[in-house]
Amino acid sequence: MSDPVVADTRRLNSKPQDLTDAYGPPSNFLEIDVYDPQIVGVGRGRYTTYEVRMRTNLPIFKLKDSCVRRRYSDFEWLKNELERDSKIVVPPLPGKALKRQLPFRSDEGLFDESFIEERRSGLEQFINRIAGHPLAQNERCLHMFLQEETIDRNYIPGKV
Amino acid sequence: EHLGQSIIEAAMSFFGFGQSADIDIVLNDAETRKKAEHRSEDGRKDKYFLFYDGETVSGKVNVTLKYPGKRLEHNGIKIEFIGQIEMYYDRGNHHEFVSLVKDLARPGELTQSQTFDFEFTHVEKPYESYTGQNVKLRYFLRATVGRRLNDISKELDLVVHTLSTYPELNSSIKMEVGIEDCLHIEFEYNKSKYHLKDVIVGKIYFLLVRIKIKHMEIDIIKRETTGTGPNVYHENDTIAKYEIMDGAPVRGESIPIRLFLAGYELTPTMRDINKKFSVRYYLNLVLIDEEERRYFKQQEITLWRKGDIVRKSMSHQAAIASQRFEGTSNPEKFRGHNSEEDTS
Repeated sequence: MSDPVVADTRRLNSKPQDLTDAYGPPSNFLEIDVYDPQIVGVGRGRYTTYEVRMRTNLPIFKLKDSCVRRRYSDFEWLKNELERDSKIVVPPLPGKALKRQLPFRSDEGLFDESFIEERRSGLEQFINRIAGHPLAQNERCLHMFLQEETIDRNYIPGKV
Repeated sequence: EHLGQSIIEAAMSFFGFGQSADIDIVLNDAETRKKAEHRSEDGRKDKYFLFYDGETVSGKVNVTLKYPGKRLEHNGIKIEFIGQIEMYYDRGNHHEFVSLVKDLARPGELTQSQTFDFEFTHVEKPYESYTGQNVKLRYFLRATVGRRLNDISKELDLVVHTLSTYPELNSSIKMEVGIEDCLHIEFEYNKSKYHLKDVIVGKIYFLLVRIKIKHMEIDIIKRETTGTGPNVYHENDTIAKYEIMDGAPVRGESIPIRLFLAGYELTPTMRDINKKFSVRYYLNLVLIDEEERRYFKQQEITLWRKGDIVRKSMSHQAAIASQRFEGTSNPEKFRGHNSEEDTS
């Protein structure tokens, strides 16, 4: 067997790509928008809700287009559920802003426009990061958070 | 008169006034023998004479008296050829797997500087020289002039390479891996055994992509394993990181791999050397998504050292050594190898 002078570096044979795969929509489409903050309630019981709209073509989600209203404590609930049940490292939520709940502030406190915008953006980052995680996608709590109108806090935790 | 002389010499030696000598080891083929670069423990790269298994090691030991005219009493002069393994966590204990000695002079005295010839014929050098993170395997000549109080010795480090030729069986590595309903890929590497100047040719074929991939890289990982039983210690070192894809792939896409090994500091795969240590190599295919999550698949490859084209000027022993099959235990078996003239 004679020594080849130059190694064969030609590409390995591969199947030509189907054009519908090449130019079709990608199978990993997942976008979640957190927007339209609304203040609900009166007086000291007021709180802010956000619209959480998910658009996806991932088969694991029952609805390809869903829209629900959620408040900050709902996001906290989701974070706790995932930290307890799943093996993922859950990203941080935007701050709890307890100081803003104290009286005698010079600004609007929890309902200050720039604060709400900051929080909205942080919540949007948070939910997009989680929803894209393959292990989080197996958790019932995530599906309930994104696609059911209300969160049943007495639900039975489990995998989808 | 002799006894008095010895006492005076011992006293002079004690105070540093005694006769001493410098030792020099010179190989007979120092002019023609090739040198190889080898990285030492402190990270420096030095050149050493290169030997192969079966080659004869011959030369001269020059003993030069420091103070001409004064005699040097000694307990014998010898030269040793040693191959040893040294574990860094147990420095005192050297495990010698080759230990040859030639006596050059019986106990007596040298009245003038002298040169001694030596030859270690067809020396077995079963393993390659290796300097690693936790273990070192080295070969060296050590010439010693024995004396009552303190020996005079000199070492000459040598480097040994183990050669193989193209293995009979060299199947490709082809595997489908993935995360259910999420990411499925088929990866293929053209061989499972690569020589140190080889090229890894392969491809990654995407069967299913439901995550947002940002890029893909292939890493070469060296794992040095020392110790046995419950005291096994693995030291992993990423020798190379080579990006093969930047951007998000879709189903049906095929990403080529072409990774030239010559650019990296690699050694041949060393398995269970003298039951003391191993050095193994792995290809790690790593996919990273937009959230910096990493998905990876590790696969072992065997690295071997290819002998250079056989030149007529090469010693006969080296020619035999270059034709040994990778992985065979019988060193005598070899296939016909085309001798080619050096065309440069």
